Amino acid sequence: MSAVLPISESANVEELASATPPGPRRLRHAPWMEAAFEHLTRLFALLVFSLLAAILVSLVLGSRLSLEKYGLGFLASAAWDPVQEDFGALVPIYGTLATSLIAMLIGIPVSFGIALFLTELAPAWLKRPLGTAIELLAAIPSIIYGMWGLFVFTPIFQAHLQPALVDSLGSIPGLGALFEGPPLGIGMLTAGLILSIMVIPFITAVMRDVFELVPPLLKESAYGLGATTWEVVWRVVLPYTKVGVIGGVMLGLGRALGETMAVTFVIGNAHQLAVSLMAPGNSIASALANEFTEAVGDLYFSALIELGLILFLITTIVLALSKLLLMQLARREGART
Amino acid sequence: MNARYRARKAVNGLMLAVSTLALAFGLFWLVWILGTLLYEGGYALLQATLYYRMTPPPGEDGGLANAIAGSAVLVVMATVIGTPVGILAGTYLAEYGKQSRLASATRFLNDVLLSAPSIVIGLFIYSVYVAQVRHFSGWAGALALALIVVPVVVRTTDDMLRLVPNSLREAAVALGCPTWKMVLRVSYRAARSGIVTGALLAVARISGETAPLLFTALNNQFWSLDLNRPMSNLPTVIFQFAMSPYEDWHRLAWGGAALITLTVLALNIIARLAFRKD
Repeated sequence: MSAVLPISESANVEELASATPPGPRRLRHAPWMEAAFEHLTRLFALLVFSLLAAILVSLVLGSRLSLEKYGLGFLASAAWDPVQEDFGALVPIYGTLATSLIAMLIGIPVSFGIALFLTELAPAWLKRPLGTAIELLAAIPSIIYGMWGLFVFTPIFQAHLQPALVDSLGSIPGLGALFEGPPLGIGMLTAGLILSIMVIPFITAVMRDVFELVPPLLKESAYGLGATTWEVVWRVVLPYTKVGVIGGVMLGLGRALGETMAVTFVIGNAHQLAVSLMAPGNSIASALANEFTEAVGDLYFSALIELGLILFLITTIVLALSKLLLMQLARREGART
Repeated sequence: MNARYRARKAVNGLMLAVSTLALAFGLFWLVWILGTLLYEGGYALLQATLYYRMTPPPGEDGGLANAIAGSAVLVVMATVIGTPVGILAGTYLAEYGKQSRLASATRFLNDVLLSAPSIVIGLFIYSVYVAQVRHFSGWAGALALALIVVPVVVRTTDDMLRLVPNSLREAAVALGCPTWKMVLRVSYRAARSGIVTGALLAVARISGETAPLLFTALNNQFWSLDLNRPMSNLPTVIFQFAMSPYEDWHRLAWGGAALITLTVLALNIIARLAFRKD
């Protein structure tokens, strides 16, 4: 009896609906549109969902030749000889990691300082314009950084800063090896410096956001106990937002690793393995930008695509970690309030 | 005052000074870069030939007309393809998927995609499109840029729709409004300025993108608006001209660089103002 009831009920509704003149047509159309709209949006969500996987598959397929020929040895080989068709990824991987590391060493403290200024020191009316100005650093296209770096920054760096660095740091045993060699202007250090400017807005934005998450009560308690602004930031705000700050740093790192044009202009594009940061090198992204359209031969192509695959894997892992950390902070935040 | 207290105050003062310096450091580069652009590119920008002459061979006079037109076509096509995809996917996340496993996973992957290196997007389009049809084309460039638009729009649409108060939705549904109509007439309307901001920011982002165009749209020395052929575009022309040894190519490159940057900054500022109104 009860199993039959819903059907007869829905029949009743149908009858009722057709009894009221303006309503029925709309009511009958609605279920069709309802499902169609939901399925349409879900289709596009699934498209977005599968994009990363699609990119991964296409890169793996594209680098099949090189994967088969070199296997894991590709990662450890410093060779890059298009004529003899002998390829290895060590030089560009080293360049990518070294430049990003330099960018992080400078970018993290500066971003922290800016975030501190914007959240704790700036008067309310200055917060917005200053924050926007820093965000505009992220809006400048990367090719502009590259061009400016090559034509404006590099000559000044070469004439004034680099000789000073070579003279002062180059003579320190051990560390000095990083700063040896003729001041060429272009090279991994220059690329790293320009990258550091480019990651500042990304790291700053995340740090600002997470600093604002700190409950005012916590900060006020510390102030009430007589803590200075710096002590509040260093002992209360930073420990509370640690996870989010690391997430922001990872986001900046992800950006730095994949940056192409700015690095391509100033890194020198030399396939050589040099310890000195003053020496020209190559990064994965700039090797692709420079050589891809000129590559001849299937193996050369395949090796370049494998470089792209390596870059994709590294950045995806770094960005995923960043996202997980930020989600962890958000979840903790949700649990407390 | 005892010594310990004085030391703490000194550390505090020092650190706050350093933090102010950090801000000055950040602003310093912004001012320097923008100043250089205006100084080097300002003159080229004011010359009418920049806008109606074609890109020249080295040593001759010319402008960037074909590159400007090509960039405009690529950006418009990418926006036309990418924005609807992004809005619909974002709508699913905020209105239907909510906290479901599919929606959460999609949000996560979308955020990774948002910061993925654009050169890899170029490689992807090269593999799935250019390598299949065996020629570089404007369509490939537009598709690559569209792939950069999508995650930006998905993210903002999702965020903005989730800010719409549920009471608005409930009111619409209580009046007998079907869900799809509620989304179109209530949610979209409430979140409109946010969604438009997202689209504007996406346009700003792709206007200066170079890396994904290098092996999709390639470049074209001549006037061509045919999306099936290689297409000239500002970023690649700037790259090519700036890397060349020719003085007049450099001048044109600076002009193009100033043009792109001013456009992108203007879009960013418009987007911010549009969003602030309500």
